[in-house]
Amino acid sequence: MKKIISILLAAVMLGSVTAVLAGCGSSSSEGSSAPKDKGEVNVYSWDDYFSPGTGDLKNVLEEFEKETGIKVNCTTYSTNEELYTMLKQSNVSYDVIIPSEYMVSKLIRENMLQELNYDNIPNYKNLSERFQKLSCDPDSKYTVCYNWGVTALVYDKTKVKNKPTDWDVLWDKSLSGQILMFDNSRDAMAIAMQQCGIDPTKCTKEDVDKATEKLKEQKPLVKKYVMDQVFNEMEGGQSAVAPYYAGDIAMMMEENEDLDYCLPASGSNLFYDAMCVPTCSKNKDNAEAFINFMQKPEIAAENFNYLRYGTPNEKAIELIDEELKSNELSFPSEEYLNKCYVFSDLDDEVYAYMQQKFVDLQAT
Amino acid sequence: MKSKKLSIPYILWMLIFTMIPIVMIGVTAFKDKQGNFSLEPFAKAFGYTNVFMKSLWIALLSTLICLVLAYPLAYMLTRMRKSSQNTVQMILMIPMWMNFLLRIYAWMILLQKNGPLDTALSFLGIHGTYIGNTAAVVVGMVYEYLPFMVLPIYTVMSKIDGNLIEAAQDLGSNNAAVFKKVIFPLSIPGVISGITMVFVPSASTFLVSQYLGGTDDIMIGDVIDKIFWTDQSTGSAISLILMIFIFVFLVLMNLFGDEEAIA
Repeated sequence: MKKIISILLAAVMLGSVTAVLAGCGSSSSEGSSAPKDKGEVNVYSWDDYFSPGTGDLKNVLEEFEKETGIKVNCTTYSTNEELYTMLKQSNVSYDVIIPSEYMVSKLIRENMLQELNYDNIPNYKNLSERFQKLSCDPDSKYTVCYNWGVTALVYDKTKVKNKPTDWDVLWDKSLSGQILMFDNSRDAMAIAMQQCGIDPTKCTKEDVDKATEKLKEQKPLVKKYVMDQVFNEMEGGQSAVAPYYAGDIAMMMEENEDLDYCLPASGSNLFYDAMCVPTCSKNKDNAEAFINFMQKPEIAAENFNYLRYGTPNEKAIELIDEELKSNELSFPSEEYLNKCYVFSDLDDEVYAYMQQKFVDLQAT
Repeated sequence: MKSKKLSIPYILWMLIFTMIPIVMIGVTAFKDKQGNFSLEPFAKAFGYTNVFMKSLWIALLSTLICLVLAYPLAYMLTRMRKSSQNTVQMILMIPMWMNFLLRIYAWMILLQKNGPLDTALSFLGIHGTYIGNTAAVVVGMVYEYLPFMVLPIYTVMSKIDGNLIEAAQDLGSNNAAVFKKVIFPLSIPGVISGITMVFVPSASTFLVSQYLGGTDDIMIGDVIDKIFWTDQSTGSAISLILMIFIFVFLVLMNLFGDEEAIA
């Protein structure tokens, strides 16, 4: 019996190791008929960030391998901080990374990015002007925007009687116990700051204190602080209202007809992720080829169809279904975007303080 | 001499994957942001005393419930036919073949609004929320760690020499007396290792409370998880304090265990 148990346990352990390895396997394991060996490109990205070739969609990483003969090795991270820690503290070499705007600023400040040679990225011209001039990279030297989105509200029509118009619905006492909140200091604090009339992009420690007070006021009404769990909560009709990323809200609404969205009247956070080449890269040419490939209109459109976050690629938008193109969640109007703020640069110390205050909020 | 040579791989393993990381945590815990020596991380860590207490309380409660459920089960197991013993043991192990996170997901679905439990109880006219509270966290923990309590107790109990029990019976003990004077004292080592194997991981776990608990059920493991990315010093300090807590607990357990074994 003991033998059986130990064999089973060993099998389980092996199984979990394989599962971990398979995490990003779709890109590399299925051998492609590459023309010739052109080396490799090490991509370090958010989990599930490229169209994987399910349904009618193409597997974009495989397409890239087929076209260029460059092998893609894909590893994933789940927070910008994880990406930063890996680049800073371990002796790794990645060629392409996709940090968010505030992390791009930080990496540029600390000289951790290489300047791109835009001659190798001709598809850069496909990007709309708004996303060629990113506030985190004002001289456009280091980045190619990959995708973007805004934060918004999702609510359950059967539970929220009056159509919400702004973030204040998250403090609505009549919805007590049915409100979800971001489990992410930056997004949660930003919403609270907007409620206090503070500009989140220029916040100081005192502003963080004020926002924390506002969140403390909200805590008794909150059911849970969530990130990915929001899908289960909202699609399953477990909660009434939640703030989340607009592209994901579009996905939730496809699963549950009772859901509707609201772009908060006072504006929201415009975020974007941009492809960059870190200084530890050893295959810069391949990295630029990869970045360029991802901005091909048909490839960018494919990724959009899978991810539903806004694509900065104007040529790609032309290829997208009319219905999806007119979806305000994926593509809010220019007027709305002008109301949004971008976390391009956040002081390290203020950010650490924000994080600590947010943990404290949850711990009390 | 020979035995020492054989243990070299393990000693190396320990050195690389246990000792060095602990030293690194220890060093990080005494640094401030600029990398100078500082006690500030500990000052910050003690700001989470309430979370420490809550985690230890949840862990203690889960351990106790596991013990109460597991002890009779282990005892009954030893009295079954050998083939039935194997079957029951197998059934106990089956949930462990599945990923930990999946099992927590399953509990989330079981307990949620309009989930199976809610629907069943609504038929009986009972309405309530079963998720998002401390009880749900404890249920999740007990489910998670019950096998770790049953197996060591069962292993120790099944090794008790049948002759000892017969001797006690020959000397006029009834069943209750046999249990009290022979079986229970001899099973203590199993209980001790069971308690250790349940208490230690449940005190330091994270995710269970994130999935089953509400906003007030954050555990110390979650705090470490959240704070570590931006403030490694405080994260390390909390981890260190948790380790000391657990170490003291283990020492106390072992003292208690030795006394019992002598008595």
